[in-house]
Amino acid sequence: MTGKQKKQALVFWTFRMMALIVVGLLAWILVFIFIKGAGVISWEFLTTAPTEGMTEGGIFPAIVGTLCLVVGSMVIAFPIGVMSGIYINEYAANNLFVKFIRIMTNNLASIPSIVFGLFGMALFVNTLGFGDSIIAGSFTLGLLVLPIVIRTTEESLKAIPNSFRNGSRALGATKLQTINKVVLPMAVPNILTGLIISIGRVSGETAPILFTVAAYFLPKLPSSIFDQVMALPYHLYVLSTSGTDIEAARPMAYGTALVLIIIVLIINILASTIRNVFNKKVK
Amino acid sequence: MDIISAENIDFYYGDFHALKGISMGIEENSVTALIGPSGCGKSTFLRLMNRMNDLIDNTRMTGNLIIDGQNIYDKKVDVDSLRTKVGMVFQKPNPFPKSIFENVAYGLRVAGEKDRYVLEEVVENSLKSAALWDEVKDQLKKSAFELSGGQQQRLCIARALAIKPKIILMDEPASALDPLSTSKIEDLIFTLRNDYTIVIVTHNMQQASRISDKTAFFYLGELIEYGETRQMFLKPRLEATQNYITGRFG
Ligand SMILES: Nc1ncnc2c1ncn2[C@@H]1O[C@H](COP(=O)(O)OP(=O)(O)OP(=O)(O)O)[C@@H](O)[C@H]1O
Ligand SMILES: [Mg+2]
Repeated sequence: MTGKQKKQALVFWTFRMMALIVVGLLAWILVFIFIKGAGVISWEFLTTAPTEGMTEGGIFPAIVGTLCLVVGSMVIAFPIGVMSGIYINEYAANNLFVKFIRIMTNNLASIPSIVFGLFGMALFVNTLGFGDSIIAGSFTLGLLVLPIVIRTTEESLKAIPNSFRNGSRALGATKLQTINKVVLPMAVPNILTGLIISIGRVSGETAPILFTVAAYFLPKLPSSIFDQVMALPYHLYVLSTSGTDIEAARPMAYGTALVLIIIVLIINILASTIRNVFNKKVK
Repeated sequence: MDIISAENIDFYYGDFHALKGISMGIEENSVTALIGPSGCGKSTFLRLMNRMNDLIDNTRMTGNLIIDGQNIYDKKVDVDSLRTKVGMVFQKPNPFPKSIFENVAYGLRVAGEKDRYVLEEVVENSLKSAALWDEVKDQLKKSAFELSGGQQQRLCIARALAIKPKIILMDEPASALDPLSTSKIEDLIFTLRNDYTIVIVTHNMQQASRISDKTAFFYLGELIEYGETRQMFLKPRLEATQNYITGRFG
């Protein structure tokens, strides 16, 4: 090998090693959680509430709580985010106001999630009087992921060439018809990506739900959106730090982590299947 | 009576003066070719006629453009319905990511037509007029993206015909196509002239001379010469036109 080739090979192998280390670490985390958590997973674990100071029983209320929060926050963030994204990209001229909106959404995206939690408590729990509730938690989580939804919507719309819009307008379609019938169907697959990312984020966040919805121990399932719920990430935190017998609760903690990962995985797979179906329809 | 009549039109992109004092009339059921070097304003002028320039920010027009007896830049004009009267075919085929059928039916659907039979009949007739029916009649449900470039362009013509315009604007409709597809499009324009008024931008002098009744030569935003195509190509009045047509500049 010449010196030049050696250098090439060295760089190639360095990069490859880095990639391998990343993959290895990730696999390690997954395998670790799986080995530690798989033992406690059973039908009972998935379908019953915790008992014996959370060292026995299951995590059913936390699963239900997390699903409620995912649905609730998406119902709030998705329509608002998609509509804002459409407005910014399709309607607004590139003026100061839109630049301002962009800067604000970027800022919103970089605020630490605990601050969202605090804000959610002040606004939704106290000022609006929702109390610690699914609705307060959903709004807080919704705000947290709003920038993601807006940004992916905007990007997916920007990726669609103007020739499609012009073709539609030249046939007498209004702007709204053009957006509905041509632009949005083409953008849906990518907009759904934003949804997937948001769901992953929402189901794993602890800080925003800490002061707005999460219950320490609540075996009863919620009966309305004004009830508190348990949630998987917070339950995991509780099990690992503040149970009556932390050591005895350890396997339950790993089991909870495993369930959380699996739920996020299932949602991701579901969403990308939907996305592929849309993609096929477009092509 | 001219179906299109431009009266002293000036057009600006921001500060850039793209069209300067254009006046010309276009007869009904004729083919008019717009020629001239790149950047002289042919597309800009074409887009004025269905107000597609409205979609570009920061533009300004003065003068009058009368189409079918109506000043189309009048405040009262419904631009969307103007565009159903003045159809357009673009340089690059731009079918929608929908089936062949839905592409042709699109204009009718957005106009509120729901009757399946009407849609089917119009789609068939339009595809026939665009000389595409025989090639696609068994695969109307297939995605338009699976057609060849030349077929896609004829689909776009069919799509424009489906809304029954009086005028069809074509901006270099064959420039992205192979010679065979190009000659198909030219044949098509030749037959369409009986029912439609066609204004076509082209860089191809043979094409202009083959298919058009009248030719307008633009240069640097001005209309330099306008007349019968035969006359223009045999004996242009101006030297600039002569030079451009014979390829000595441009
Ligand atoms: N959207 C726009 N914004 C600003 N200037 C533009 C825009 N579109 C065209 N122009 C300018 O206006 C002039 C005329 O452009 P136009 O596209 O009408 O030329 P054309 O004759 O169609 O050229 P070509 O043969 O290359 O298509 C050019 O100088 C061009 O740079
Ligand atoms: Mg042009």
